[in-house]
Amino acid sequence: MLEVFIFATLNGLVTGLLLFMLASGLTLIFSMMGVLNFAHASFYMLGAYFAYSISQYMGFWAGLLFAPIIVGVLGAGVERYGLRRVHQLGHVAELVFTFGMAFLIEESISFFWGTDTKNYRYPDILNFPLFTLFGQEFSAYRGFMIGISIAIFIGLYYVLTRSRIGIIIQAAITHPHTVANLGHNVPLIFMGVFGVGTALAGVAGVIAGPVLTTFPGMAAVLGSIVFVIVVIGGLGSLAGAFIAALLIGLLQSYAIASDVGVPDLLNLLGLSFERSHPLNDLWTLTLPQVAPILPFLLLVLVLIFRPTGLLGKREQ
Amino acid sequence: MSMVKKLSVWIGYLVVLLILPRLFDSILAISILNQMAIGIVFALSYNMLLGQGGMLSFGHAVYFGLGGFMAVHALIMIESETAYFSILLIPLIGGAFGLIAAIFIGSFSTHKAGTVFAMISLGIGELIAASSLIFVSFFGGEAGISGDRTFGPLFFGVDFAQDLEIYYLSAVWVFIATVFMYLFTQTPSGRMANAVRDNPERAEFIGYSARRVRFISFCASGLFAGIAGGLFALNYEFITDESLNAITSGRVLLMAYIGGLGYFIGPIVGAVILTLMNSLLSNYSDLWLLYLGIMFVLTVMFLPRGFAGFIMMHQVVWLRGNLKSLILPYLITGIPAAIFTSACIALVEMSHLEEEVFHYLGLELDPSATLTWIITIAIAAGSFYATRRSVGQLSDAWESANSFPDSEDR
Repeated sequence: MLEVFIFATLNGLVTGLLLFMLASGLTLIFSMMGVLNFAHASFYMLGAYFAYSISQYMGFWAGLLFAPIIVGVLGAGVERYGLRRVHQLGHVAELVFTFGMAFLIEESISFFWGTDTKNYRYPDILNFPLFTLFGQEFSAYRGFMIGISIAIFIGLYYVLTRSRIGIIIQAAITHPHTVANLGHNVPLIFMGVFGVGTALAGVAGVIAGPVLTTFPGMAAVLGSIVFVIVVIGGLGSLAGAFIAALLIGLLQSYAIASDVGVPDLLNLLGLSFERSHPLNDLWTLTLPQVAPILPFLLLVLVLIFRPTGLLGKREQ
Repeated sequence: MSMVKKLSVWIGYLVVLLILPRLFDSILAISILNQMAIGIVFALSYNMLLGQGGMLSFGHAVYFGLGGFMAVHALIMIESETAYFSILLIPLIGGAFGLIAAIFIGSFSTHKAGTVFAMISLGIGELIAASSLIFVSFFGGEAGISGDRTFGPLFFGVDFAQDLEIYYLSAVWVFIATVFMYLFTQTPSGRMANAVRDNPERAEFIGYSARRVRFISFCASGLFAGIAGGLFALNYEFITDESLNAITSGRVLLMAYIGGLGYFIGPIVGAVILTLMNSLLSNYSDLWLLYLGIMFVLTVMFLPRGFAGFIMMHQVVWLRGNLKSLILPYLITGIPAAIFTSACIALVEMSHLEEEVFHYLGLELDPSATLTWIITIAIAAGSFYATRRSVGQLSDAWESANSFPDSEDR
């Protein structure tokens, strides 16, 4: 029991931190531009594919370095030549534009790389068990994923709160006109933040690609969950996104690892139903089965009872 | 518009709907027409939300899919003789179920429009789509469920086994649904939906609850999406979880947006364009989704009001009788733009092709020869330059066609 719990916690931590890396960029972009970037997970997917192609020639570490840069430049380009133009047309148009970009990026990836699953692997250096607990191995690569996620979180936090550029960014979020009047180039800051946000998504893609398989549907798998996290954490709140990401990661991991379900509940209550009962599916439901829908259930509940999310500010 | 003129538009619409299978009577054409019928009702119902009510939904397939699943269950019930009614009424059952789902979900999702609404709709959409794979007895798991439409009482001896017969049934339903959706825009609810979309605060000042107005639009939209789902069930006689999930939700957004949100006929145009692309283009190229994506992004960027909006832009010019003055400028920009587009398509296709010879626009190109590539790229670059250069004269012509007659006329 304990070993299941510990491994579920570790796996939940890996997923949660990975999700946070995606969510941090998304929530930064949201607080700047007020638009939820639907294509964010697509940049994550681009990161994985670029890293795969680079790793074919120059190895994994070069991919980890260059792929996020390429993704960030692409992201900045999308902001400069696409989003900025659509911005005048209102929020709905912006949201629809990023939705279209997500669609386009997925199709472009199928075009350039094909629709098959890519054999993108992590480096041999990290291919050893980090430690063995109760006879189960915890791979070094997962440890590496945890380490790099935490490093990015600390780095991001430091840059945003301690550095001069971070303070300008924070000011531009709340008072863009004042910052512009002080002589800063606000559109350039926006473009930079969009680029860095998408580059973070790219990093997440580079390190998640080998574990979560690199295929054209990988954006769709994580995309909506990242939205869930940003909304549950409170739109625009970095700390909220961190809590929500870990919450979702752990929740899903525990649900998958558990083996309880409605039958146990019925046994506890002393009830039983025939197999031919019309609601048989409901009575035989188990927790691992519902694991994929838990984040969305949580999202709907949060939006109904606390529309601002966990740490979100009150809406104006 | 006078009453007669309005009526004649509707009669014309009905005649077109009924005469189309006479003009295009191949099996492929009938199946495309059936898909169009489903798409038109579905896209119009989506426009009730987004175009008229300002609610961006990423989960509209829920009502379409639930209606469709219920309709297939109704078909199964007719087949097993637990129920006895004509399949003519199947879309109504889909609609009723879509409406029930919309009443339930709308009761908590219509508090706010904008991002909150979009996110709730996304969450609900994912929730229902994922649940559909869990509750196998109702949704049939990944295989879906199937029925047979030929049971039940005959309608004047017609058993609706043929696709053509189903088309006429669908056409009548499309007409009824279109009329009612149009009439809805004329009711106080429909008018207030526009007001709430544009400024919810002011709408509340004159005594309307924005939430209630949104709720009514939402329910009406769910009803018609369910009817579209019922038509889907009748046409295909089976339904899978794909009809509930994000793919279908995204497709209806594309239809409505490409067609044009602000206009009643926009979604109809969009449904026709998308169905044609889906059925015809996919025969020629397996990259058609890439083209669709590019077209969609370009539409959002450059034609924010869609194709219908593009046509309606010319209304003022047409009323002034200046449309003729635009023909030449359009040709000057349009021809190089068309050449540029076809050159780009040639490049994309050639880089993806496995065959030796590439048949394109009556030409036989050799993708392995460097010369082919150089020439195509040169054509693309040249026509791009020509297009860029000629945009100026087009916008000048546009300005002068739209401006008021100057002093020289007086």
